[in-house]
Amino acid sequence: MANTDRIWRFALYGALLFAAAYYLLPLYVMVTTSVKSVEEIRAGNLLSMPMAVTLDAWSKAWSTACTGVSCNGLSGYFWNSVQMVIPAVAISTMLGAINGYVLSKWRFWGSEVVFAMILFGVFMPFQVLLLPMAQTLGMFGLANTTAGLVFVHVVCGTASTTLFFRNYYVGIPDELIKAARLDGAGFWRIFWRIILPMSTPIIMVTLIWQFTQIWNDFLFGVVFASGDAQPITVGLNNLANTSTSVKEYNVDMAAALIAALPTILVYVFAGKYFVRGLTAGAVKG
Amino acid sequence: MSTPNAHYGFAERWLPRLVLAPSFLLTLVFLYGFIAWNGYLSFTNSRLLPNYEWAGLVQYATLFENERWWVAVRNLGVFAVLFIGGAMAIGITLAILLDQKVRGEGAIRTLYLYPMALSFVVTGTAWKWMLNPGLGLEKLMHDWGFTSFTFDWLVNSDMSIYTVVIAGLWQSSGFVMALFLAGLRGVDDSIIKAAQIDGATLPRIYWKIILPALRPVVFSTLMILSHIAIKSFDLVMALTGGGPGFSSDLPATFMYSMAFTRGQTGLGAASAMMMLATVAAIVVPYLYSELRKDHHG
Repeated sequence: MANTDRIWRFALYGALLFAAAYYLLPLYVMVTTSVKSVEEIRAGNLLSMPMAVTLDAWSKAWSTACTGVSCNGLSGYFWNSVQMVIPAVAISTMLGAINGYVLSKWRFWGSEVVFAMILFGVFMPFQVLLLPMAQTLGMFGLANTTAGLVFVHVVCGTASTTLFFRNYYVGIPDELIKAARLDGAGFWRIFWRIILPMSTPIIMVTLIWQFTQIWNDFLFGVVFASGDAQPITVGLNNLANTSTSVKEYNVDMAAALIAALPTILVYVFAGKYFVRGLTAGAVKG
Repeated sequence: MSTPNAHYGFAERWLPRLVLAPSFLLTLVFLYGFIAWNGYLSFTNSRLLPNYEWAGLVQYATLFENERWWVAVRNLGVFAVLFIGGAMAIGITLAILLDQKVRGEGAIRTLYLYPMALSFVVTGTAWKWMLNPGLGLEKLMHDWGFTSFTFDWLVNSDMSIYTVVIAGLWQSSGFVMALFLAGLRGVDDSIIKAAQIDGATLPRIYWKIILPALRPVVFSTLMILSHIAIKSFDLVMALTGGGPGFSSDLPATFMYSMAFTRGQTGLGAASAMMMLATVAAIVVPYLYSELRKDHHG
């Protein structure tokens, strides 16, 4: 019995490690490729260790690689994404908190309908908004600007943030609100003094979720921004798909890692909240 | 000052509605108004520029006669079945394995899940390098002595959609694992203990007790994965660009190229409406049941 048990455990760990290798391999390949020279890539293979580590590909990806017609690397795109993601995340999170508070603690006739309407926004395919949105942004002079992208992300992101906050606030006992109201606290006082101080976990979840979503977005970036306002995902795609005579896979991989760095850092430092964000709303049942 | 309650009543009645109003208006105008606008565009002859003259079902007729559209639809079918089925299978298996009181569970879970933090553009760029014929996987196998090994799916129009599945599974299956692991931890221990005392084997306990208890998780995961599949755009763009030719197009990339690179606005609008109809057919019944559950729960 003990013997079969040991064999079983051995197989279990074998399977788990095999799966870990499967998930890690692409990251290993990306990192090692990004520090090899083009000649070394041609001479070796995917898994061979770099013989002479060089950061040339990284500096090229950051400042001189060609993305279509211009050859200024990814740095401009990176800062565009930073300028886009900060206000978009902040505004959509604030709106979500307020909406969630109203929809869970101050229900009124019709508020369920409003919630259902907003909820559909979590699932709808954004393709259906692209053409009218492009027209509208053009009309307001927001086409091809970071402000326009921020606006689109707020419109489309508020659905998820509202869902997160609403589901979290439903779990806060109504008695707490009732007691505060008996003491004479009003709508805003209850929000600032009672609800918000209890909200740290869900605020973290929402910030991380929104940050990842908006940083990683490609669709809105490629449709609504051109040239100077394009986010990093578009920059990376342009870089990797620019046809040159010699394909520089080391530069492509360095660029991919640069584009992935902010969300990887979030995952490393706030992994607990990241997982919670991913599973939030999904495993209620 | 004798009527603080009346004042309070007014604020209590109107403030919540006032506060919700901006989001309500944003939703009404920019989600539902735009759906209507896009719907109208799909009934016009709009080409490079929108044209608001009613043209009936012309665009839908064109769409249904368009070979490229049907390639995209068929690809979505292939991609959705393999991507959803594969991610579920991998995710459930890994979750069950990780649930066996494994040492270092936290670290392993972290490794399985990190691809989800990466964008599909990054995922596509990375897999494009690994799957490229000549230098990637193929060269690796040659170096290992399998000289007859060929792997050209990326540039083979019969197989290119399967490379999208490979990369998609890598990115999303860890997430499914996390969902199921969370679900497994929520299953009542006492039922499992009781079954063990009755002499049920571990596989039997999983099959008969635990998996049925996870039905809500299965359902939510199916929703999320099918939603990811239908809106998949970035992964295809970064990995194959829809090619070779248009062999790995999905409806999302079809819509983009019609509406924004080929000046077929009306056709793009019609294809977007078809995507919306597909999502609505899946999501509306789900949302309806979820909201009803909330009411009674």
